[in-house]
Amino acid sequence: MKNDLFHGDLVYLTAEESDTQAAAFSRWFRDTEYMRLLAVSPRVTWSTKKVKEWIEKDYEKDRPEGYFFNIRAKEGDKLIGFFGLWDVEANHADTIISIGIGEPDYWGKGFGTDAMRLLLRYAFVELNLHRVSLFVFAYNTRAIQSYYKTGFKLEGRMRAAMLRGGKRDDIVAMGILREEWEKNVI
Amino acid sequence: MDIHKQLFVGPSVCLGPIDHEKDPPIMSQWTHDPEYLRLVDIKPAYPISAGQIKKKLEALEKEIEESKNLYYFTIRSKEDDRLLGFATIRWIEWTHGTGWIRLGIGNSQDWHKGYGSETLGLLLEYAFSELNLYRLGAEIPEYNLGALRLFEKVGFTQEVCRRQALNRDGRRWDALIYGLLRLEWEAQHEK
Repeated sequence: MKNDLFHGDLVYLTAEESDTQAAAFSRWFRDTEYMRLLAVSPRVTWSTKKVKEWIEKDYEKDRPEGYFFNIRAKEGDKLIGFFGLWDVEANHADTIISIGIGEPDYWGKGFGTDAMRLLLRYAFVELNLHRVSLFVFAYNTRAIQSYYKTGFKLEGRMRAAMLRGGKRDDIVAMGILREEWEKNVI
Repeated sequence: MDIHKQLFVGPSVCLGPIDHEKDPPIMSQWTHDPEYLRLVDIKPAYPISAGQIKKKLEALEKEIEESKNLYYFTIRSKEDDRLLGFATIRWIEWTHGTGWIRLGIGNSQDWHKGYGSETLGLLLEYAFSELNLYRLGAEIPEYNLGALRLFEKVGFTQEVCRRQALNRDGRRWDALIYGLLRLEWEAQHEK
């Protein structure tokens, strides 16, 4: 069996202690550019204590409710982001994922794409899912390019679902089926 | 604005609160009909007792209170106050003005009588004119032809096709997302 589920070319996956995670998340939360690419809820400033409580409540879910991973860069070992496979529907074998690279120095250099490849391998090879779904804000063009690269297909747009900075924009829906992933894997 | 217009009353249905004593046994009966369950939910069809439903309804009211982004109504027949179904607006994002609609008429004998249509009309009025939302969404399995017809009739557009997202009866089905914007709904009502 090929057991390299947690190691990619540029990144590897870990579970972090909640203190380490809370410190990283706190830092990333203060970058409003990062947060506006990642989440719909309005930006707020949270103490590290509050972030830790939120992680322990919402992120340390027991499988199969959610599968959450932290991402570290192989070179330098820096904690750079996370991804999660949520709402894994046992009967339908689908999941809605979230992914974020919190360190801006690691944007646009292939780290997110490498992490996504690990996510897809895990979804299809270990969770045996039939498809992986995601929603991404239409203005997050860098992420959308990365998702196309890893094989996701456009499935539609939820019109006017976001109002930010006085502008309305869409939320884009993308998905990849197992057979598409199998063809795409080098 | 016509302040005399009743937001929760239609020609044959009323939207109202949960009756924690009377509703659980009826709702439990609905969960013994797999056809209903498979139309209204993607979770595996599974029967639930009145006692368990009572607990779920209590948890639901707590969630409504705490989350402040969820509205839940029971649908009752105006004529005899009989419980017909439920309707919710959930996952509301206030800063974006968006919400998701879900409704169900529990007993198949009550289908095709216009109750869903009337309820949806009341819900849209409530969402757009009272909650001042900008956009409503609904996720509908492709095999739920009744719901597709109903939502299309009131003006929802198909926006997303989540291909093969559902697996039932040994085959794959698409999960469709439909959307309706307030300005589209207002335009219809001006006619």
